[in-house]
Amino acid sequence: MTYNADKLPRKNLLSLQIDLKKFERATDEEKAQHEIMRESTTFFRDGMRKLKKNPLAIASLIVLFCLVVTIIVVPMFYPYSYEQMITVNGKRDKTAKNLAPFTYSKNELKAIEEGQEIFPHIFGTDELCRDYFIRVIYGARVSLVVGLFASLIVLVIGLLYGSISGYFGGKVDIVMMRIVDIIYSLPDTLMVVLLSVVMNQILGSALKGSALSKIGPNMISLFIVFGVLYWVGMARLVRGQILSIKTNEYVLAARALGAPAGRIIRRHILPNCMSVIFISVALQIPSAIFTESFLSFIGLGVNAPMPSLGSLASDALNGITSYAYRLVIPAIVISLIVLSLNLFGDGLRDAFDPKLNQ
Amino acid sequence: MLKYTVKRVLLAVVTVFIISAITFFAMNAIPGGPFSKEKAPDPAVQAALEARFNLDKPVGQQFLIYLKNLSRGDFGISLKTGREIAQIIQEKFAVSAKLGGMAAGCAIVLGLILGSIAALCRNHWPDRLIIFLTTLFVSVPSFILATILLLVFALQLKWVGVFSTSNPNYVLPVISLMLYPMSYITRLTKSSMLDVLGQDYIRTARAKGVREALVIFKHALRNALIPVVTYVGPMVAYILTGSMVVETVFTIGGLGTEFVRSINNQDYPMIMATTIFLAVLMVVATLLSDLVYKLVDPKITFD
Repeated sequence: MTYNADKLPRKNLLSLQIDLKKFERATDEEKAQHEIMRESTTFFRDGMRKLKKNPLAIASLIVLFCLVVTIIVVPMFYPYSYEQMITVNGKRDKTAKNLAPFTYSKNELKAIEEGQEIFPHIFGTDELCRDYFIRVIYGARVSLVVGLFASLIVLVIGLLYGSISGYFGGKVDIVMMRIVDIIYSLPDTLMVVLLSVVMNQILGSALKGSALSKIGPNMISLFIVFGVLYWVGMARLVRGQILSIKTNEYVLAARALGAPAGRIIRRHILPNCMSVIFISVALQIPSAIFTESFLSFIGLGVNAPMPSLGSLASDALNGITSYAYRLVIPAIVISLIVLSLNLFGDGLRDAFDPKLNQ
Repeated sequence: MLKYTVKRVLLAVVTVFIISAITFFAMNAIPGGPFSKEKAPDPAVQAALEARFNLDKPVGQQFLIYLKNLSRGDFGISLKTGREIAQIIQEKFAVSAKLGGMAAGCAIVLGLILGSIAALCRNHWPDRLIIFLTTLFVSVPSFILATILLLVFALQLKWVGVFSTSNPNYVLPVISLMLYPMSYITRLTKSSMLDVLGQDYIRTARAKGVREALVIFKHALRNALIPVVTYVGPMVAYILTGSMVVETVFTIGGLGTEFVRSINNQDYPMIMATTIFLAVLMVVATLLSDLVYKLVDPKITFD
């Protein structure tokens, strides 16, 4: 209904009725000024905005991205492989042993004089005449894959167990949480070592010849051990989150307004606990990498000839006086990976943890 | 308090039992017995050997015998050296305990000092520097730290001697074992110190004109210490497992080196015994730190 100032009935002298002639209509431009300028943000967009403002997190994300691209792309064109001795003219080159970075062996120099082009050994070679650069790349690959997969296993088991326990509550919850308490009180690193020793022996004979044997019994036992032991922290976290969110006033309000259970879970419970869970997964990856490198170092990690950063460092210990760079390189790579994952995880927590935002 | 103590002690006993069970049955699951060799020995000899070590009895009974022996402090004999394991552990643990004790002491003292400095100079350069360094130390695995320290300070710069039995120099091993728990304690102290410094009683103390040093040491630090107590249990666990690596790197003949060697030698009785021994130590440390935490924190109610 539009008002026309001229068509209004005559105003009584004493009436408080507004005299519309004294007013001007707002132009469209003026109307636009009163609209709320800022778009409403979602939880995700708000978090991303905060994350972008955190230079440390962005820097570590860039470092991680570069690392991942390197370890994916380099093996595609790199002429050497991680388990093969260097060959010149189709013959194994036994002189290419313990080369320093960017040097060539005698046979390779001969081949170069004959006009062949030979790709330089960027980090030299190891004592079995294998190119060290590609071994470091594969080692980083193994470490990252182990970290990712172990965290995924932990996430899946912990999420299922924790949400069942938190959702059902009551006796189920009590029994399930007692089991968690007991596993939680076991000294984890010791148990990892023990189970890896045993798994290696059992799987080693069971896997012979099967497709999985290429991954190696050590790696599989590592995943099994992670699946058995490390999920308890995640299960506790998920259960605690669900329990505490379930009792919040906004869930009660939503229920009072008649929202169906599906909507409450989707709109209220999940968004509030997903961020915490993802942050914990992000911080789980470096700890898995830590454990893997520790096991590799004491001789329980991935099976030779597959390298991992831990086993590279442990191999380098033997020649520490003459080939120190062979220790320093994997050390730097592993520290870089763990450091940037930790910093990125911290940044994620600062940006996405709803409890910290208040 | 009594009820809580009983509950925690019971849980610890159950944990130790479960650890021994896991260890025993896991080791039993490994194919091949200790006397199975490529060349089969005389069956009579085999049977006599098995009877000597109770291997002819059912597994359940073997476990009970093992537990009985454990409770008397009898861990069996090492497969490689044939010596009494209890004796080996006693001998080697003395070295590890010395190393671990020094590392734990340094970690706690330095961590508390650095954490307090960081909290008091919040957002100034000492705080930034400390937080940067602790983040760095937390991200470097202990074996990397140990080898780098060995490489730089003992082999390149030659500031400290390499560890040997005739000239035991504990500086580098202690530092490499200490940095991670120290960083953790620093962060813990900083956050709890900040928490305490914002409390009303600190403001009251300052308002009534108490000297700043007294405010910090008497009112703030004493209360900020409480959360640190809870970390003692995990720290003992970290130092015990970390010393496996550190001792191997510096070739210190402690329990850690012995454990790694027994893994490489597949000396199963030794692995079992060391695992159980270390696990009991960790469980006891966690139990004690939990109980002390309940004792010193007046805010926690006992139910």
